Amino acid sequence: MKLKRKLKEYKPISVLYPCLVYLFLYVPILVVIVFSFNTSRMNIVFEGFTVEWYFKMFENRQLMDAFRNTLLVAFFSTVISVIMGTLCAVGLYKLESKIKNIISSSLYIPIVIPEIVFGIALLVFFSSVHLPTSMLTLIISHITFSLPFVVITVRSRIAGFDPSILEAARDLGAGEFRTFMRVTLPMIMPGVISGGMLALTLSLDDVVISFFMAGTESTTLPLKILGMVRKGVSPDVNALSTLMILGTIAIMLFSQMIQGKIEKSREAHSGVE
Amino acid sequence: MIKKLGKKLPTIVMIGPTFFWLILFVLIPLCYVIGISFLTKNAYGGVDGILSLQSYKDLFQSEYLKIFTGSLWLSLQTTILCLIIGYPFAYLIAKAPANRKKYMVLMIMLPFWINSIIRIYGWNTLLRTEGVINHLLIALGIISKPLEMLYTDGAVLLGMVYDLLPFTILPLYTSIEKIDTSLLEAARDLGATKRSTFMKIILPLTMPGIFAGSIQTFIPSLGLFYISEMMGGGKTMYIGNLIKNQFLSARNWPLGAALSIILIIITLILMKLYTRVGSLEDMA
Repeated sequence: MKLKRKLKEYKPISVLYPCLVYLFLYVPILVVIVFSFNTSRMNIVFEGFTVEWYFKMFENRQLMDAFRNTLLVAFFSTVISVIMGTLCAVGLYKLESKIKNIISSSLYIPIVIPEIVFGIALLVFFSSVHLPTSMLTLIISHITFSLPFVVITVRSRIAGFDPSILEAARDLGAGEFRTFMRVTLPMIMPGVISGGMLALTLSLDDVVISFFMAGTESTTLPLKILGMVRKGVSPDVNALSTLMILGTIAIMLFSQMIQGKIEKSREAHSGVE
Repeated sequence: MIKKLGKKLPTIVMIGPTFFWLILFVLIPLCYVIGISFLTKNAYGGVDGILSLQSYKDLFQSEYLKIFTGSLWLSLQTTILCLIIGYPFAYLIAKAPANRKKYMVLMIMLPFWINSIIRIYGWNTLLRTEGVINHLLIALGIISKPLEMLYTDGAVLLGMVYDLLPFTILPLYTSIEKIDTSLLEAARDLGATKRSTFMKIILPLTMPGIFAGSIQTFIPSLGLFYISEMMGGGKTMYIGNLIKNQFLSARNWPLGAALSIILIIITLILMKLYTRVGSLEDMA
């Protein structure tokens, strides 16, 4: 009897508690989104529904510049880190163990050191080579912190790779380049795409390193918001933030979908064997 | 020899760029930080090439020690609160039916990927003296004067816990998920109470997860200078703000570099402890 009652007591908590935690995590995000549709300039009470801020935000030059910078940095850092990282992951696969170990463990250095230390290290380095903070330094820094994640993601895809396929391609007369383009790349494509998604979200998510790398002309949207918050923010910031939130969610769901596909194809393969 | 090199060439071309990149933009900059921490600052906000331990001596000044202990205390509070909130949550996800589990984990990951300044800005809107919460409470007649919630130490702690909670939950979830349920059944069959099953089986088995979650919360919490600015109004200084100021406003690079070295050392010690706990676990 007692056990039964206990079980009954247990149930509501196991639903209620996660709901409370999700509420804690999502309420601030929802607040930003809701007030982007508010007619009042003040983010205090919801007075009425409007979409005017989504048009007005285009008139705010500084804000649009910051948003454009955010997208440009995310785009270039993702493309470059995916190309370099994928090549590295494939190269590591073919390498003998000693050098492989050195490189693989050095990949973890940028992941492990605190972001703020990474940020100031790059700041000190760039100022010593007389490279002022700009879009270029922003992009370089974002490539640097994304690169290890891309290599690790692509490598995890290569891990279950049958080397005889590559040998077969070569035996049939394909050169290194052709083997890579025709055989290796298509096989690791899901890993490359998830690596790219990861690099993209890491870039959009970053605050600390960008803070040290952004010059006055190259500030990003989150840094712009950081500078504005104390003086009070108008709802066009909410509108742009909402776009960024939805963009991030779309990227996440897309990469989740790809991940699901990879798992399915893996299951199918192992089923055949 | 040449033939061997020719065969190796593509591999070098493949790994070379990343290897070169990591040396140029990770290793060398870190060496710069180590080097600068042993130099002296000059009157122009730069550094002179005079070797000294001055910046490390400066760390022992009482004002800096106070900032250190304040930061460590805040990070500790953050970590403990994240564990208290996160553990039952991770446990409930791990025990949820398989089809629901996937979505529960995804919903934890989502906010974690949205830029944290945007999310903290949401808290800022909620907590302000003329903010949403105060307005609601007054409208409902619960309070008559607005509460001072934003720009307090409590708000900073809230922002930290909010930002880092997913970092705690995910490793906890992974380790709870791994527990062999037959162990729990055996404990129950042998007459163990829920409490003793938890204390003697679940808790020890999930220790690596607790440790990993704590480290993944504690280390980043030391560097999140923008949360104390957005939620605390910069009233209380923490180690992250102190480092930032040395490079941007106070222009004392050697001191900032020395502070960064301390941060790296704390990180390395915690990582070492973590791998020790991990290997002990493997032996057992």
